[in-house]
Amino acid sequence: MENLAWIFVSSALVNNFTLVLFLGLCAFLGITNSIATALRLGLANLFVLVLTAGSVSLLNYFILESAPFLRIIAFIVVIASLVQIVEMVIKKLSPVLFRELGIYLPLITTNCAILALAIFQTNRNYTFVEGQVFALGAGGGLILALTLMASIREKLQFADVPAIAKGTALVLIIAGSLSLAFMGFAGLMSGA
Amino acid sequence: MEQMHGAAPVTSQTPAGPSGGPTAYQDLLKGLWKDNPVLVQLLGLCPTLAVTNSVMNSVTMGVATLFVLVFSSLFVSALRKLIPNEVRISTYVLIIATFVTIADMALEALVPTTHKALGAFIALIVVNCIILGRQEAFAAKNSIGRSVLDALGMGAGFTVTLLIMGVVRETLGSGTILGASVFGPNFEPWVIMVLPPGGFLTLGGVLLVLGWSRERDIAREKKRAAAPPQNVQVSGMRSGPARVA
Repeated sequence: MENLAWIFVSSALVNNFTLVLFLGLCAFLGITNSIATALRLGLANLFVLVLTAGSVSLLNYFILESAPFLRIIAFIVVIASLVQIVEMVIKKLSPVLFRELGIYLPLITTNCAILALAIFQTNRNYTFVEGQVFALGAGGGLILALTLMASIREKLQFADVPAIAKGTALVLIIAGSLSLAFMGFAGLMSGA
Repeated sequence: MEQMHGAAPVTSQTPAGPSGGPTAYQDLLKGLWKDNPVLVQLLGLCPTLAVTNSVMNSVTMGVATLFVLVFSSLFVSALRKLIPNEVRISTYVLIIATFVTIADMALEALVPTTHKALGAFIALIVVNCIILGRQEAFAAKNSIGRSVLDALGMGAGFTVTLLIMGVVRETLGSGTILGASVFGPNFEPWVIMVLPPGGFLTLGGVLLVLGWSRERDIAREKKRAAAPPQNVQVSGMRSGPARVA
């Protein structure tokens, strides 16, 4: 139990996928204009992460043990198919949500956070349950980072920003400060 | 697979692309600066930030990506008439993943320490948007020769950007370049530069310099339009981001 709790805290805060490990930056920089969209995208990501972690556990256990060189290819195919399935399910169950997520849904495939989760999980030999907790933590961390960024950017719309800093430069500098804040969580590590 | 088309608008909205019969020279050079994949198109930011804490890591990552990009472009371009439109993205991803696996194994054999330092990021070249973006926006529509040139240019542009980031971060963060001391023993390294926040701040800084140079060019252009034209040469290439430090 302690181990599981630690995996969760570590993947959500100490090694936050976006702000500490630089994964999933495209979404982080591109889609954080409003809190609502950021939150939805975060949830979609979380969902795909959990599904991926499950499938990867199974794949690792049954197939890739004997063919480690197929890892990258197998993972990417699994992720692409999962995203397709999730997309179809959302389209069927909630057309409104589907329209709102739009293009960003298929783009989850190329979100490095998902593939990275699969690889980390394999490298660390997580069991099925550990993998699920890891995915939950990573997804939670993503949601946290996306909403934090989105809420700052919503406020920034009313700020007077110098022309040269408009756009990505400013977002990156904010991300730098957020990342600095998350560095503080590294202190948790020594307590464990 | 139909929905995969959704990926197209983002990857192909890049300002690059074939228009007005560009020469081979332009195919090669546009990736280096004018359409630099990282600094202008803002693609492939994850590796740009994650592995650039030392020059060696930056160069290895850049070269690995260049390799994957060139060979993927070669194959995608060669097979472009055979790949059905509906499954093209999946096909590209499979081609890319194959070359990433090759690069991964080669690096593990050639430079084991750096391979270890880069960790999962070598495998993550698969999901580097630059590569998929170039296949979709260029290699799928152009001849083999032009696609390879384009890939070489974009890969070189990516490598150069990583190198800039790596030099800045390693110099300030560890006081060294490629492990050799720059400032002597009394230098107190800015540890923050090699840590994650340093990556964000450095790229932010580079983009600030670029924004400044763009604004300056626009201002100059305006002035030139107002005054009678002299032999003022206007190009975006004048001020390199290398000045950032």
